[in-house]
Amino acid sequence: MPRVSVEELKAIRERFRGFRRLREGKARARVVVHMGACGLKAGGRNILSRLLAAREQERAGEEVLVTVSGCAGQCDQEPMITVEVEGEDPVRYGRLNEETAVRILEEHAIGGRVVSEFVCVPSRTSGGVP
Amino acid sequence: MACAGTGCLSNRSADVKKTLQEEIARHGLDDEVLVVSTGCNGFCEQGPILVALPDGIFYQKVTVKDVPGLVEKYLLGGEPVESLLYRPPGQKEAVARMKDIQFFRDQRPIVLRNKGLIDPESIDEYIGMDGYQAMVKGLLEMTPEQIVEEVKKSGLRGRGGAGFPTGVKWEFCRKSPGNGKFLICNADEGDPGAFMDRSILEADPHSVLEGMVLAARAIGASEGVVYVRDEYPLALRRLQIAIQQAGDYGFLGEDILGSGHDFRIRVVRGGGAFVCGEETALIRSVEGRPGRPVPRPPFPAQKGLWGRPTVINNVETLSNVPTILREGGEWYARMGTSSSRGTKVFSLVGKVNNTGLVEVPMGTTLRQIIFDIGGGIPGGKRFKAIQSGGPSGGCIPESLVDLPVDYEELTKVGAIMGSGGLIVMDETSCMVDVARFFLGFLMDESCGKCTPCREGILRMHEILTDITEGRGTMEQLALLEELALAVKDASLCALGGTAPNPVLSTLRYFRDEYVAHIRDRKCPAGVCRSLIHYRILSERCTGCTACARACPAEAVKGKKKEKHEINAEVCIRCGACHEACNFEAVQVY
Repeated sequence: MPRVSVEELKAIRERFRGFRRLREGKARARVVVHMGACGLKAGGRNILSRLLAAREQERAGEEVLVTVSGCAGQCDQEPMITVEVEGEDPVRYGRLNEETAVRILEEHAIGGRVVSEFVCVPSRTSGGVP
Repeated sequence: MACAGTGCLSNRSADVKKTLQEEIARHGLDDEVLVVSTGCNGFCEQGPILVALPDGIFYQKVTVKDVPGLVEKYLLGGEPVESLLYRPPGQKEAVARMKDIQFFRDQRPIVLRNKGLIDPESIDEYIGMDGYQAMVKGLLEMTPEQIVEEVKKSGLRGRGGAGFPTGVKWEFCRKSPGNGKFLICNADEGDPGAFMDRSILEADPHSVLEGMVLAARAIGASEGVVYVRDEYPLALRRLQIAIQQAGDYGFLGEDILGSGHDFRIRVVRGGGAFVCGEETALIRSVEGRPGRPVPRPPFPAQKGLWGRPTVINNVETLSNVPTILREGGEWYARMGTSSSRGTKVFSLVGKVNNTGLVEVPMGTTLRQIIFDIGGGIPGGKRFKAIQSGGPSGGCIPESLVDLPVDYEELTKVGAIMGSGGLIVMDETSCMVDVARFFLGFLMDESCGKCTPCREGILRMHEILTDITEGRGTMEQLALLEELALAVKDASLCALGGTAPNPVLSTLRYFRDEYVAHIRDRKCPAGVCRSLIHYRILSERCTGCTACARACPAEAVKGKKKEKHEINAEVCIRCGACHEACNFEAVQVY
């Protein structure tokens, strides 16, 4: 293996930056995909994969974390994601598909603007499934 | 993050990791979930440990059988698996996130900053956590004098035991005339129950190598040795991988980063003799000679390995160096107490709920370490004493539990910092027996070169054995104290110089226990076999025969559903009946 120069050392460090954020759990924003049985059935898995890929593409690895959690208690609204931006109240989105989820990642998690048309309104009928 | 420290590995964490990878593949989660083997997480009591990131969920005591459920419920379902979460002693509520667990919350990791976060066998991951940045700074932007100055400013003191200021040691060696200076990393962690250095090498070996490159630059050495005990196969392997990787990247070898600084590291495996942790004995051992100390001066910094000026630093000391250079000496000096700066890693073992590795700022009290981080004493028993500094340290009693831990405070109460071993003892420990145990270890490990240590420890051990076996006299007690002071003063090296500590400190704080053994022929803690008897309380005995079946000497007599009795003449006082009884009917007196 060739010797590593100071510049290459920096490059290795940069390459691992997103990885590091992930491990330290520090990020400006978190996108949580709800993957309870309901979310999975509605396509939560594919949304997670697309979000992970989109995050890579946007080079947003440093500032946005994509992670999963369970049922959000509004099963009729699945697939759902919650966007948590540091210092702001979390916003819950529902009835998504892969494209709209990516749009929310770009506009809200990265861009900082809430995508109001997909924001979940708490429904009276739906209850939480543990 | 699957812990692959020695503790977790011995609890089959490698199988857990393998199963986890298989299950993840089976569910097609390969792209989203990465399983990383890390070094020791530190919370060894709860191993095997898995930490799920970025959520930071801490799963403990995970077995192969738990894995499929974990993958389905947590990775697919997003719900933490309740049964694998940590529950603080005496509480019903589980704590899911690692950062909320008190054991971790009250720690301040500097040396252990990467533990459980990176794969110790990947140099790139270390670089990703700012690794080798301090080396760039130290080699390209600073002069060796500036490195020494920065370390002096930090107030870093040797973490191996004696606590000599590291920067001063380096300066001393730097100014010593002579070429071909050596840097030795002392990884001969000999204290029973101590595993700080092993864990650092297992979890973050590159931090030690980076520290060595900087130390070598500071003192002007181009040859380095890591002296590691052969009993640490995993640490040895990860160290060798790290040396290979650093060499491939050009961080070791000739002209590192074009700075003109050459530095090579060689690993020397030690045979595991306790005395070889003593620096002059260690040097003899590296040279291939029997590990026996020689008088100082000349100090190794003047005349060390092969007669050349040599600096010997402990693993933990060196591992602190990169952070000090990166963040600055002043930053480091802000932690700790006025005489002892920074943090210290302790291995907390014995009668404590949360056994493991603990890194806290100097000046943290014993109470915080034992009760907050350590979670207190198991089984509702009472805390009695803590042995600080390994076998040649001292016992600190309950009355001093609010002592802030630093080099000076520990010395004041008759203990030592040593390398950072803390052994917690509860009311079931007999202090005379404890002193006898440690002296027995030191007697075996004395190299025999100087008379006070060789003969003195032997005689002290003899007296302690007499006392624990009920033959002790008050005259012997006086002799014991006299011998202890003589051995302390007259021994050649620190092994003999500190060997009487267990005796002196237990005499200082637990003299009444010695007297009880001698005058009353009683062991108050109920440990010393010659001085105890077992009896069955007839009002509690239900005649279940559990004790009679457990007794190997057939000393328990009694028929089913009738009161049992112990025949004291046949009884070998093994305690089997005591453990077997479910009704607390068997009593020690």
